Amino acid sequence: MPSFVITDKCDGCKGQDRTACLYICPNDLMALDTKKMKAYNREPAMCWECYNCVKICPQQAIDVRGYADFMPLGASVVPLRGTEDIMWTVKFRDGNVKRFKFPIRTTPEGSAPPDGGYGYGPGTLDDNLLATEPASLKANELWTLGK
Amino acid sequence: MREFPTREVNTDLLIIGGGMAATGAGVEAAYWAKKHGQKVVLVDKAAFDRSGAVAMGLSAINQYVGDNSPIDYLSYVQQDLMGLCRQDLVMDIARHVNSSVHMFEGFGLPIWKDSEGNYVHEGRWQLMINGESYKLILAEAAKNAMATLGENGEIIERVFVTHLLLDEKDKDRIAGAVGMSVREPYEFYIFKCKAALVAAGGAVHVFRPRSTGEGLGRAWYPPWQSGSSSALMQMAGAEMTSQEVIFIPTRFKDGYGPVGAWFLLFKSTATSAAGFNYMAEGFKEGGELHNWLPYGAVKPIPTCLRNHLMMQEMYVKGDGPILMHTDKAIEKIASEAPDEKTKKKKLKELEAEAWEDFLDMTISQAMLWASKNIYPEQGPSEIAPSEPYFIGSHSGASGAWCSGPEDLQTDESKNDYFWGYNRMSTIKGLFAAGDGVGDSSHKFTSGSFTEGRIAAKAAIKYCVENPDMPKVDDRKINELKEKTYAPLKVYEDHKGYSVIDDHVGYTYSEEINPNYIDPKMMMFRIQKIMDEYAGGWGSQYKCSSTTLNIALDYLKFCKEDLDKVAARDIHELMRYWENVHRLNVAEAHVRHKLFREETRWPGYYYRSDFPKIDEKNWGGVFANSKYDPEKDEWEMIRRPNIRYVKIEKVVGM
Ligand SMILES: Cc1cc2nc3c(=O)[nH]c(=O)nc-3n(C[C@H](O)[C@H](O)[C@H](O)COP(=O)(O)OP(=O)(O)OC[C@H]3O[C@@H](n4cnc5c(N)ncnc54)[C@H](O)[C@@H]3O)c2cc1C
Ligand code: SF4
Ligand code: SF4
Repeated sequence: MPSFVITDKCDGCKGQDRTACLYICPNDLMALDTKKMKAYNREPAMCWECYNCVKICPQQAIDVRGYADFMPLGASVVPLRGTEDIMWTVKFRDGNVKRFKFPIRTTPEGSAPPDGGYGYGPGTLDDNLLATEPASLKANELWTLGK
Repeated sequence: MREFPTREVNTDLLIIGGGMAATGAGVEAAYWAKKHGQKVVLVDKAAFDRSGAVAMGLSAINQYVGDNSPIDYLSYVQQDLMGLCRQDLVMDIARHVNSSVHMFEGFGLPIWKDSEGNYVHEGRWQLMINGESYKLILAEAAKNAMATLGENGEIIERVFVTHLLLDEKDKDRIAGAVGMSVREPYEFYIFKCKAALVAAGGAVHVFRPRSTGEGLGRAWYPPWQSGSSSALMQMAGAEMTSQEVIFIPTRFKDGYGPVGAWFLLFKSTATSAAGFNYMAEGFKEGGELHNWLPYGAVKPIPTCLRNHLMMQEMYVKGDGPILMHTDKAIEKIASEAPDEKTKKKKLKELEAEAWEDFLDMTISQAMLWASKNIYPEQGPSEIAPSEPYFIGSHSGASGAWCSGPEDLQTDESKNDYFWGYNRMSTIKGLFAAGDGVGDSSHKFTSGSFTEGRIAAKAAIKYCVENPDMPKVDDRKINELKEKTYAPLKVYEDHKGYSVIDDHVGYTYSEEINPNYIDPKMMMFRIQKIMDEYAGGWGSQYKCSSTTLNIALDYLKFCKEDLDKVAARDIHELMRYWENVHRLNVAEAHVRHKLFREETRWPGYYYRSDFPKIDEKNWGGVFANSKYDPEKDEWEMIRRPNIRYVKIEKVVGM
């Protein structure tokens, strides 16, 4: 049962503008039991263990249990994703624990500029220059045959 | 059965898909559309932030050309694909790709730098990144770009596109698409457009995966990709190419964790169980690689040949499993440190790098190592070849046959490779990018994004130059709407046969009903046929005209049984349509394999009846196909593989 909801912790995203795990799962696996207001993975065998539901859940109510058909029990991998970095805790079956922290982005959330900061160039629909070229190429011109 | 509301969306350009190629298309289309007063709509089956192959994240940008020439990149790609690639398409991406990578950095993607501020390379073309949010950051740039269009830009999520629409009179011209929303109020979508750009990714689960229990979803390629790029275009009658060229990655066994960093960055070696260094030995004078000339004699060894050497050990000699000697690689790096302190620091860095490689893009592999108490410094780990995937943007080549750019043609290539608009398929106004375009392999994330930009600019040009709106037959749309929801009706009509509460029927099980099967069983049927008769891992990647013809017969039964598949809800209905797309990809694949009478990519698949590479008859040929949706007939076509740019040397990984 790859990803699973810890039902005690899940509040169905009641106070949120959307049900986070349902919104994010790329495979449309998370569903909401509207009577109990709890989410669940409706098709565990189609889960990629991508952890997107785990990372997004505001209640930290989703965990992953390794695929039972080839993973011995007892290990866990738990992320804690902030706005700038992500912390991982990897627990081995033998009890050993490793922690890692990696940056996730260098700009504030929501701010990615469509031109990548290069501005727009002189291209027209009739040439081969893309919108931000040649500046974004960091070259004076676009390569073509014979050059 | 309930009625589903219809929503009609009119636009100039429709982008189908929301992955790497579509984010590039969104960024670029917005600029040109704003300049020329055009509207752009992007539709994705999932959430734009985390959809497609990069939904989890990645740890490397696999295409950055840097100071190399596009011809250097071409030499690497052509070699890796055993001579088969469209030179114009590959060089076109290579000449633009640096600009995309520089933009990624500007968007906020952390790309590793050394102390002098240069990018850190994993291999010659690969850059290391902290890529947990790779997809999210690119999607954000595309959203911000589309927002500049105001009402003329819209992103629609959770709509699965099932079919393309053609013009009522001109059957070679695109007119739109239809799809179904998987969120309340479950609208049926009709998109009407002048141009469409298909960037809906590749396919997995066409072949039986190695794990079929709870871990069914854990293939290397994400389970939500069902071959829509190819299926949509092929079912509409576009000419497709190289549908036989699947990709089989060699990865850490079961978890499918990446091996690139281990091979390229940490210089690890792999051997058979008895310690045979199959790559080095295969390369030596008289070694196995010399049976695959000219491609076998050059470094880097092509991806399929590296698989082939490993398969020889596993299946011919029976000397499996194959082991990656992580421990020895780490020991070697540590032994090169000048003192204890540097050694400790180096090992700590190495450990973080190795684990990040998994945690960024294959978290399951980290879980697998932890669950089996595997410490890479203590001993080797098993690697294995996967099941076949369709991913033309990676080391496969399947996709649509598209026009290239005019300035990268010669007199020799122009007639065959150029027809007006860059990345336009053989259907007017139908463009493609990423996994949607064939014969331009090794574009990966950065190249797919780049190809999305190239195609989007050309598509806007097409819209401006072809301003009249195509027309769609309303009858056709109504027919498609009925067809879209038909599996729900199959269920409603027959569910009474099996009764849960009150036993009046013949079975207590909803699944076991003589009147229908569920979408998952249709998927398993396709997988079993493909695995056993079309060269999956279960048949050690071997097939012949005999087995391929059996596959075709059995796939025909699947096609006939499609109207007996039942869906209990909208989620299952999407599964049904995914499997319709898979079935189309499967059939195309088998027909292409049957057509090409040689074994060109050993390690991807073997034609046992034509076990050798046949450079004379097939080295200069792309295998193409065209499906006639009206007659349900297939035409196989040979197109010339013109190598007009002279390559002086092969440039390595
Ligand atoms: C496990 C793995 C590791 C990889 N590692 C690397 C790496 O380290 N570096 C690198 O550069 N590249 C890597 N790649 C390759 C890279 O991910 C692909 O080349 C790239 O994502 C292709 O882009 P695309 O837009 O064609 O497809 P995708 O990015 O897969 O996007 C497909 C999109 O289409 C949508 N879609 C699908 N069907 C439909 C439909 N019917 N209707 C509407 N929308 C639909 C999906 O939701 C998704 O948004 C890796 C790939 C995989 C699978
Ligand atoms: S995101 Fe978390 S809290 Fe919200 S519905 Fe899902 S599991 Fe429950
Ligand atoms: S881990 Fe990924 S695939 Fe599995 S339920 Fe969560 S979001 Fe979906």
